[in-house]
Amino acid sequence: MSDPMTRPGVTSPRDGSGLPASDLSAGDRPGVEEKPEGVTRDLGRLGDRKKARLDELARATADKGGVSLVRDAFRRLRRNPVAIVGASIVGIFILVAIFAPLLAPHDPAQRFDELTKNLTVDNIPGASSEFPLGSDPLGRDFLSRLIYGSRQTLFVGVVATLIGLGLGVLIGALAGAFGGWVDNILMRFTDVMLALPALLLAISLVAMASRSSQWTVIFAVAVVNVPIFARLLRGSMLAQRESDHVLAARALGVKGRSIVLRHMLPNAMTAVIVQATLTLSTAILEAASLSFLGLGDPDINRAEWGLMLGVDGQRYFEVRPELAYYPAIAIIVVALGFTLLGEAMREALDPKNRR
Amino acid sequence: MLRVIVRRLLQLAVTLIALSALIFVWLRNLPGGPVEALLGERATPERRALLIKALGYDQPILVQYAKFMQRVVTGDFGNSIRTGDPVSEVIGRAFPATIELAVVAMIIAIGLGVPLGYLAARHHGRLLDNLSIAGTLLGISIPIFFLGYLLKDVFTQNIHWFPPSGRISTGLDNTNVTGFFVLDGLLTREFDATADALWHLILPAFTLATIPLAVIVRITRASVLDVLNEDYVRTAEAKGLRHRVIRGRHILRNALLPVVTTIGLQTGALLSGAVLTEKVYNWGGLGTLITDSISGGRDYPVLQALILLAALVFVVVNLLVDLSYAFIDPRVRVR
Repeated sequence: MSDPMTRPGVTSPRDGSGLPASDLSAGDRPGVEEKPEGVTRDLGRLGDRKKARLDELARATADKGGVSLVRDAFRRLRRNPVAIVGASIVGIFILVAIFAPLLAPHDPAQRFDELTKNLTVDNIPGASSEFPLGSDPLGRDFLSRLIYGSRQTLFVGVVATLIGLGLGVLIGALAGAFGGWVDNILMRFTDVMLALPALLLAISLVAMASRSSQWTVIFAVAVVNVPIFARLLRGSMLAQRESDHVLAARALGVKGRSIVLRHMLPNAMTAVIVQATLTLSTAILEAASLSFLGLGDPDINRAEWGLMLGVDGQRYFEVRPELAYYPAIAIIVVALGFTLLGEAMREALDPKNRR
Repeated sequence: MLRVIVRRLLQLAVTLIALSALIFVWLRNLPGGPVEALLGERATPERRALLIKALGYDQPILVQYAKFMQRVVTGDFGNSIRTGDPVSEVIGRAFPATIELAVVAMIIAIGLGVPLGYLAARHHGRLLDNLSIAGTLLGISIPIFFLGYLLKDVFTQNIHWFPPSGRISTGLDNTNVTGFFVLDGLLTREFDATADALWHLILPAFTLATIPLAVIVRITRASVLDVLNEDYVRTAEAKGLRHRVIRGRHILRNALLPVVTTIGLQTGALLSGAVLTEKVYNWGGLGTLITDSISGGRDYPVLQALILLAALVFVVVNLLVDLSYAFIDPRVRVR
C-alpha cells in the first residue's frame, strides 16, 4: 500500500488534484508546470538552479497542505451519490437512536393488557390504531421496541467495533513499529485467530463463558475483528518504515516513539477507519447470527434488532412473520448504509482515484 | 516450488499446534473446570477425585498437554458428553452432510458468480452492472438465516417446489455407502435417491451460497475491469483475434488470480454460514452439531474437535488455493 502522503515527490502531478478540470492548473500555478523550461534556462548557474528547485519543492509541499488526501477525499465523498445515500442511512439511524424516547409511542418494556389478552400460542395481535405494528410475543408494543432497538443495535455495533479496533490497532502498531521478531510473533498469533472462520471463532468465544450476556456477544464479535485490523495496520505501517518522510524524521533526530505515534500511525489509520466503517455492518450481522443460534443476550427486556430477529422472529415465524420482517429490514438497511459509506470512503481515499 | 510447499506446510503446522494449545488452555479453564462440566449436577467429592485421576488432571500440566496432543493427532477426542458416543463417530456421521452442502453451494457461487462478474464488467456502468452491484450489496447485508427462512417460506409453504427440511425424503430406502447421499445414489444406481437428495439440497445450497456468490461477483467484476484496460487486451483486439480467444486466454485467465484467492477465503464464510443454514433447514451436519453441542449443555469434547476440524479444513483449503496459483499464473512457478 503506497500512500502518496508519504512521498512528497516534486515530480508527482499533485497540482490540480481534486479540481474538476486539472488542465486549469497550468494557468493557475505556472511555476510547477514550467519545470522543464525553468531547468534548461537556469542551466549553468548552479546556485539559481538549486534555489529554483527549492522554491518548487516549497510550492509543492504548500500545495499539498492545501489539498490533503483526507480533505480531498472528503470533497469527492460529498459529490458521490453512494456516499450520500450511505451517510443518510447512518445519519437517520443515529438520530432515531438518539431520539428514541420521543419517537416511540409507548414504553418498550411495558406489557399492555389489551395486547396480552389476545395473545395465544398461534395468535399475536397485529396492527391497530394504538399499536401501529401490533404486539410482540409478550404483549409489548412492537413499534416502540423496534425504535428503541436502534439504540442497542448501535451500541452493540459501535462498542464491538471500537474494542476490536483498539486491540487490533495495538497489535498492528506494535508489529508494524518494531518489525522483526515482535512482528513475527504477533502475526503468528493473528494467523491462529484467522485460521478459524469468523462465526466459529465467535461461537467458541461465547461458549467459553459460563453464561451468555450482552457483553459476551460484544466481546466475541470484537475479537473476531482484531486480526483483520491488526494485519491491515501492520501492512501500512511496515510500508511506511521505508518511506521518505520517516527517513526524514529519523534524520532530523525525532524520537522513535514520536515517529511511530506522530508520523506513521496517523498516515496508516485511513485504511483502518474505512475497515471500521465496514465492520460496523458485519458486527451487527454477526451479533444477530449469535442471537439466532441461541447464544445471544438472554435479557428478555432488551430490545435489540438482532435479538428480535434471531429469537422471536425465528420462533414465531409461522405465526407472525412480521416479527422477523421488520427487524430484518432494519438490519439490512443499516448494514447497507454502513457498507455503502465504507465503500465510498475507500474509493475516495484510494490514491489511484486522485485525479 | 517444493521449498514453498514445505515452508507453507510448516507454517500450517505451527498455526494448528498453536490453536490446539489454545484449545487445551480453554478446556482447562472452563467455568467450573472440565470436571464440573463432565459431572454436572452429579458432582460429589469422591466422584470428582475419581474423575480427576481418570482424566489425568493430577499430573503435571506439560504431561497433560503431551497426552492431549497425542490423542488429538490420533483423532481420539474422547466421548461426547451428550450422547456418550465417541466424538470421532459423532463427527464422522455429520461430516458428509456439511461437505455435500458446502460443495454444492460453492459450485453455485462459482458457477454463477464468475460469469455474472464478467458480464457486469463487460457492461460496465450499464443496467446489468448496476443491478449486479445492487444485488451483491444486498447479498452481503442480509442476515443469511433470515434469507433462509424467507426462501423456505416462499418455496415450501406458498408454492410447494422444495421440501422444507432434511437431506432426504423419509421413507425413501436409500443405501448408505459414503454418507454423501448424492454420491451414494450414483454408486448404488439408486438414481431416485440422488434426485431426491439434490432436490433437498437446492434451497439450503442457494441460501449458503449467497455471501460467497456476492463476494465472487464483486471480485470478478473488479478484476476483469482492471484487466480490460490492459494494453495486451487492446493488442489482442488489434491483432483481430476472435473474441472467444481474447475472453478466455487474455482476460479471464489474468483476471482469475484474485478470484481464486477469494474462493479460498470464502471457505470460511461457507463454514460459518453452514452453522446458520443447517439450523434453518434442520440439515443434521456439522453446523447442527455445533448448535446442539452448545445449547444442550456445553458438549466440550465435541466442540473442541469441531473447532480444530474447521480450522484444519479452512487452512488446508487456503494452502491448496495458494498452490493452485502455480497452475494459473506461470510467474509464480518461476519464483
